[in-house]
Amino acid sequence: MNKDRLLVIGGSAGSLHVIVTVLAALGKDYPMPVLVVLHRNGIFESNLEELLASRTGQKIREVEEKDLLQAGVVYICPADYHVLLERDRSFSLDYSERVNFSRPSIDVSFRSAADVYGEGLVALLLSGGNADGAEGMAYVKQRGGFTIVQDPVTAEVPYMPQQALLRVGVDVVAATGELPAVVSALGR
Amino acid sequence: MEGYQLQSEEVQLLLNDIYTQYGYDFTEYSKASLQRRIQRLFALDFFPSFAEFRYRLQNDGPYFRRFVEEITVNVTEMLRDPSFYRTIRTTILPVLSTYPFIRIWHAGCSTGEEVYSMAILLKEADLLHKSLLYGTDINPQVIERARKGIFPVSQMQKYSENYIQAGGLKDFSSYYTANYHLAKFDSALQGKMMFSTHNLVSDFSFNAFQLILCRNVLIYFERELQTKVFRLFDHSLENFGYLALGSKESLRFAPMAARYRQIGREKIWRKVDEQG
Repeated sequence: MNKDRLLVIGGSAGSLHVIVTVLAALGKDYPMPVLVVLHRNGIFESNLEELLASRTGQKIREVEEKDLLQAGVVYICPADYHVLLERDRSFSLDYSERVNFSRPSIDVSFRSAADVYGEGLVALLLSGGNADGAEGMAYVKQRGGFTIVQDPVTAEVPYMPQQALLRVGVDVVAATGELPAVVSALGR
Repeated sequence: MEGYQLQSEEVQLLLNDIYTQYGYDFTEYSKASLQRRIQRLFALDFFPSFAEFRYRLQNDGPYFRRFVEEITVNVTEMLRDPSFYRTIRTTILPVLSTYPFIRIWHAGCSTGEEVYSMAILLKEADLLHKSLLYGTDINPQVIERARKGIFPVSQMQKYSENYIQAGGLKDFSSYYTANYHLAKFDSALQGKMMFSTHNLVSDFSFNAFQLILCRNVLIYFERELQTKVFRLFDHSLENFGYLALGSKESLRFAPMAARYRQIGREKIWRKVDEQG
């Protein structure tokens, strides 16, 4: 299997507890780096990293520009910056206009990650109240990446996963309770 | 809307063309962000092919100006990161007040919101009369707007909140006159500002300053270019002067980091030792 892989998780309203259960299930030796693009809307000023670290047992790090991605680390997008990926597998930050009223935008990170990782990318889109992530999902799919969407029926806020399903024939639609197992299995 | 995706080799060709033809060197900009901006412009202007995009850029000077405007990021706001400005107010300005004359450089100032923010702080510290604020940007269009000091009224509520959080004690609206959807800032503030174009990639130091602000500009540069720009700032900063960066930028990897000391937890560093 291709070793050059990345998991990007996009979530908005109603996604935090799902992110926690998924990350906790990945264990310590998940073989690829994880990037979490969460719409923070100023709600989690600085304690998000601490909260995730204590509740998932993962090594959590806020993205710093030019950081090289490492397996075993879960990277969190900083509030108010878009996060992009460079060919050398490092992060870039970008303070340009909001996309889908969002910064960080899930579309921006999905697209950029798909350009760099192609078939090695796993994209997971969770609960949320706007359409961010749908277009990026389509692009990930087009580039050969693996796409997973939280089943809107089981999502706290179904709109975001619904929008993605309207645009893309994704690889897996999984109920909230199944997501940890689905994502973990990809690491085996 | 899933049109043609420019290849990174094609983007490289464009950057080389632009350098030879117009002298603007974008080759050391971070590629992911640059490629995204160029792709966006390519789609926005409905180019049918890369070849036509390239031809237009090579042969149409005014279109090249549009290119510069669109690929550089011009998002800015007044008093962004209020705690940063609180530190400027409480820690930096009292030191600067001991100088007979204060020179401040806002490098990459875009439409000037930060320059006006600083002028307000200086005025409230009773220092504006002996200060000069230089605002520079690579993009002549935004410099033109900065000179005017006219910003959308719709932003004023947000700026007013930033102002209060940054420790402002007056009524923020006393600094501008609202007219329909525009807010024109007090010309007394503008009297102490100088705006001009300046390219951090290729232009030299033009003065010595006690404070240089360059926030959310270096994130768009590759490491080597960052280092080059840090050197330029180092040369342009008086001893014991301050360098202020964006909230996700750092002097950590700069060659002169050892000669600078960080001020608390803010992204502000003080030059404590001349070139050794």
